[in-house]
Amino acid sequence: MSVPLTLLGLLEREPSHGYDLKRDYDTYFGRGKSLPFGQVYSTLSRLARDGKVVMDEIAAGGGPDRKRYVITDAGATEVNAWLTEPVAAEPHLQSVLFAKVVLALMLDRPAEEYLDTQRRAHLARMRELTEIKRTGGLVDGLLADHGLFHLEADLRWIDTTAARLDALRDQVRS
Amino acid sequence: MTAMLRARSVSLSFGDTPALRGADFLVDTGEIVAIMGPSGSGKSTLLHCLAGILVPDEGEIHVGGERLDTMGEAARSALRRDRFGFVFQFGQLVPELTAAENVALPLLLSGMRRAEAARRADLRMAELGLDGLGGRRSGELSGGQAQRVALARALVAEPEVIFADEPTGSLDSLTGEQVMDLLVGTAREQGTTVVLVTHDARVAAYADREVMVRDGRVTSPVGTS
Repeated sequence: MSVPLTLLGLLEREPSHGYDLKRDYDTYFGRGKSLPFGQVYSTLSRLARDGKVVMDEIAAGGGPDRKRYVITDAGATEVNAWLTEPVAAEPHLQSVLFAKVVLALMLDRPAEEYLDTQRRAHLARMRELTEIKRTGGLVDGLLADHGLFHLEADLRWIDTTAARLDALRDQVRS
Repeated sequence: MTAMLRARSVSLSFGDTPALRGADFLVDTGEIVAIMGPSGSGKSTLLHCLAGILVPDEGEIHVGGERLDTMGEAARSALRRDRFGFVFQFGQLVPELTAAENVALPLLLSGMRRAEAARRADLRMAELGLDGLGGRRSGELSGGQAQRVALARALVAEPEVIFADEPTGSLDSLTGEQVMDLLVGTAREQGTTVVLVTHDARVAAYADREVMVRDGRVTSPVGTS
């Protein structure tokens, strides 16, 4: 899971303080492993250094929680590229895909299209593995099977999520 | 590549229930395409329209250079018999006939002499590993054997297009793989076009590409040309 890209996605929704970003990250993506404050602010500092966020307010008294972060055009371009590109079709992608789907819904982006793109990427990889099974030996075939079963599980998750997008949109935008 | 099958803005309702709402589809000669989608999305209805089993309310179906949707029933029936082969989920073998007689059936219906039809049926069954099973009726065959007989029947007349609707849906995964290996291997050897409906990604992965049907429309890229 990419913490910088996820924080950028949350910032595209609205300018936010570090505290708000940590709260939303933990709510939607933490799942029992909260993001340390130190990592939130070090990530935001790097994003600011790279021109992907800027600070628009520093209240009197200073301190990291007084700063409000705003995404820049460069940051928004990076979020868009990340959401649009399918993840490499490998097993155990659910957390990355889940983050993309939730952020797409928060940002009113076409989450269903992203899932379709991901489905095509998965099926393309499954075609390659199926061809290996058809033309290779037993060992290659069994290794291909291992990948195929994991990719199939991802696809089932993609289909289930696609069927529940409306309910998820209501939840993350309420 | 030349287009073998093309659907343009095809719509079809069953009573008040729309099954297809302006579906577009294209498959090139020799291509193997999987039609995927959720239950009730219209994927089987699209296959039945492409195969001339159902006639759309609106839109056009073209097979090669011919318009299918405006043909009369007799012409569509002849086209299905002479140019198409079919494999369905449960084989749909004629239970009163032996396996060999089932395989020979499309040849006999096309007017071939009985001895020649039997010879070709035997050859096709041997290619699909069905030696020695020609005398059995469908009730005496395992699910995998019955589906291979159905596949032999679909291939025996060397059709231009094979339509397969959930061809492995009633089989365990290993037997399903054997059936798909045979279907895809033979189709590639002969240059046969295959249109395959499946909800199973592992089956779809045998195709050259897939299209998604959702709410009666083809929502992913409809073709390559």
